[in-house]
Amino acid sequence: MIDAGDFWLLTGLMAVGTFAIRFSFLGLLGGRELPGWLLLHLKYVGAAVFPALILPLLAWPAATGGETDPIRLVAALAAFLAGMRLSVIWAIVAGMGTLYLLQVLFA
Amino acid sequence: MTPRAAFWRGYRDCAPFILIVAPYSMLFGVVARDAGLDVVQTMSMSVLVIAGASQFTAVALLQDHAPVLIALLASLAVNLRMAMYSAALVPHVGHARLWVRAVMAYLMVDQAFAVAVRTYEDRHDMTPAAKVAYYFGCMMLICPFWYGFTFAGAVLGQAVPASWSLDFAVPVCFIALVAPLLRTGTHRVAALVSGVAVLGFAWVPWSLGLIIAALAGIVAGAQAELWLARRRVPA
Repeated sequence: MIDAGDFWLLTGLMAVGTFAIRFSFLGLLGGRELPGWLLLHLKYVGAAVFPALILPLLAWPAATGGETDPIRLVAALAAFLAGMRLSVIWAIVAGMGTLYLLQVLFA
Repeated sequence: MTPRAAFWRGYRDCAPFILIVAPYSMLFGVVARDAGLDVVQTMSMSVLVIAGASQFTAVALLQDHAPVLIALLASLAVNLRMAMYSAALVPHVGHARLWVRAVMAYLMVDQAFAVAVRTYEDRHDMTPAAKVAYYFGCMMLICPFWYGFTFAGAVLGQAVPASWSLDFAVPVCFIALVAPLLRTGTHRVAALVSGVAVLGFAWVPWSLGLIIAALAGIVAGAQAELWLARRRVPA
């Protein structure tokens, strides 16, 4: 269960923070150049943040009580391959499709 | 191109992305209800934040009882890429009035941004006013679908049985977002270091392992790029 106070505090801060990020250059900093070292690191934010979110969810899924589930690992791999080669939508279709298929076959 | 024509052109150019935005926002509605949020909370987050990946991040971490500060840092880190979008838009629409730019900032979403900047760079006959109109055409199409399908998901979500394993939709969405980023070696280094670190630091309290892993991955990716650049320079 998510605490309502935590939820509203987080949502409010996220709204302000996300707007500040979007408005940053367009609104306040104008055409100023970002320093090179910052651009270099910003490039890797997405590639580094998402795996850190994904792996704990795969390794210890709450839905199985924290037990590693081989079916979910295979389905995640299918989603990843489809995402690399095809598109966002195909990654979701491949991931959920593989999960359902393997659950039907092995459950 | 008149501003009016540019607006409708943007509207049409972004139409294919409805196929992504509709199921994605609906999924957020379902997952948020599944995590225990009510319809008002779910809609508030989608309207106030309007950035899917960070909303999934926030809900997943809150459900995991992570502290608010950690959930905030992680979800804002996911949105940092938009600082680059913001910078990329300045040469094209930086002339607009402050309040117009504020509305543009609120509406900034990945797909529409990508379409808008590509069009600005391909078409040199666009006036500054047409560029602003084109941008709003893109976003005016995406935005109502974002709200509407979040709402549909939030209302229908309760009807989804546990056997559908919708919890798994969250990592799958993240995988779908990160996979296209991992086409170069240095990005794979960043992902690998972050992935190993997050499992290795899972014991660190307050979900701080997530922040440690993300920072380690960012530094690793940047260092790998610098190392490659040095190697290409003939000695």
